[in-house]
Amino acid sequence: MDTDIKKIMHVMRRAPHGSIYTYEGLEMILIMAAYEQDLSLAFIGDGVYALKKNQDTAGIGIKGFSRTFMALEGYDVEKLYVDRQSLEERGLTEDDLVVDVEVMEASEIGRLMTEQDVVIHH
Amino acid sequence: MLHTINKSPFENNTFVTCVRFLQPGDPVLFIEDGVYAVQAGNRFGALIQSVLKKNNPVYALKPDLDARGISAIAEGVKSVDYAGFVDLVEEHQVNSWL
Amino acid sequence: MNIGILLKEGPYNHQASDTAYKFAEAAIAKGHKIDAVFLYNDGVTNVTKLGDPPQDDRNIAARWSELAQKNDFKVLACIAASKRRGINDDVLIEGSEITGLGTLTDIAIRNDRLLTFGD
Repeated sequence: MDTDIKKIMHVMRRAPHGSIYTYEGLEMILIMAAYEQDLSLAFIGDGVYALKKNQDTAGIGIKGFSRTFMALEGYDVEKLYVDRQSLEERGLTEDDLVVDVEVMEASEIGRLMTEQDVVIHH
Repeated sequence: MLHTINKSPFENNTFVTCVRFLQPGDPVLFIEDGVYAVQAGNRFGALIQSVLKKNNPVYALKPDLDARGISAIAEGVKSVDYAGFVDLVEEHQVNSWL
Repeated sequence: MNIGILLKEGPYNHQASDTAYKFAEAAIAKGHKIDAVFLYNDGVTNVTKLGDPPQDDRNIAARWSELAQKNDFKVLACIAASKRRGINDDVLIEGSEITGLGTLTDIAIRNDRLLTFGD
C-alpha cells in the first residue's frame, strides 16, 4: 500500500448559494485538511464567485461561507489557484477576492492537475 | 490524465473549459449528455478536431451514444463500452469535469 | 486496481448513479476491487429503502445494495449530508452505512483511483 502523502485537488466550478456544491465542497475540504495530505484548490469558471468580497446572504436566508475560505490558511491549505481567464471574463481582479490566491494560466493549472492522485470537482 | 465530460456542449461550457486545461496526450471521454459533443456534423466538430490534433485521444461511451440515437460520430473519435471506460481508468488518473 | 467511487447526485434525477453503477459492474467483471462507494451532496438519497419505483423501472437503491453485498464493499453515506436530507440508520438499505468525511479521505488515500460521478 502506498503510504506517501497523496496530492488531492479540489476544483471549485460553481457559483455559491445557487446550489450547495461549493458549500458542501468546502466542508469536505476542511475535513480533508486535518489529514495532512497535499491539498490544493482551483477556482475555475463560476467557482471564482465563491471568493467574491462583500457577499451578504442575510436576505436569502442561506448561511454565508465566503469567510470560511480565510480559515484554510490555519489548516495549512495554502495552494489556492485561480484561473486568470475565469477571473478576467467576469470583470474581477485579485482585489475583489476575500483571500490571497495565485492567479494562473489554465495551462499551468492543467499541468498541476496531471500531477494529482485525486481530483474532485464541486 | 483521463478527463471525463458529462454535459451537453450546447447547454454548458464544460467541454470548452476543459479544453483550456488539457495537457498534450491527455485522453478525453464523453459520457452521459456529454456525448452530444461528438455527433457528426454539429458545430463542435472543429473543436473536436483541434483536440485530436494536439494528440489528445477522444472517446465517447457507446451505451450513452446508443441511448441518444447517435450513430454517426466525428472522425477520429473512438467509442468504448463500460469495460473500455475501466481500461482507460486503469491507464490514467481521472479528472471528472462535473 | 483498487477503486473508490464518489457519487454526488441522487438517483433518477440525473444519470450519475446509473453510470457509477455500470462502471462499478464493469470494473468488478474485469477483476478490479471496488473498495467503497461514498455518497455526498444529494447522493446520500441513493441508499434509502423507502423508494418504490414502478415495476418496469430499475430500483437504484436495491441494485446498489445487491452489488455491494455480493462484492464485499459498503455504500457509505456522508453523515453531515445525510442529516441535512433526512437520511438516517432507519431508512438504510442493506450494505450501506452512514459515516464521516474522514472515511472519504481514507478512501482517497488508500485506493489507486477515486472516481467522481455527479451532475
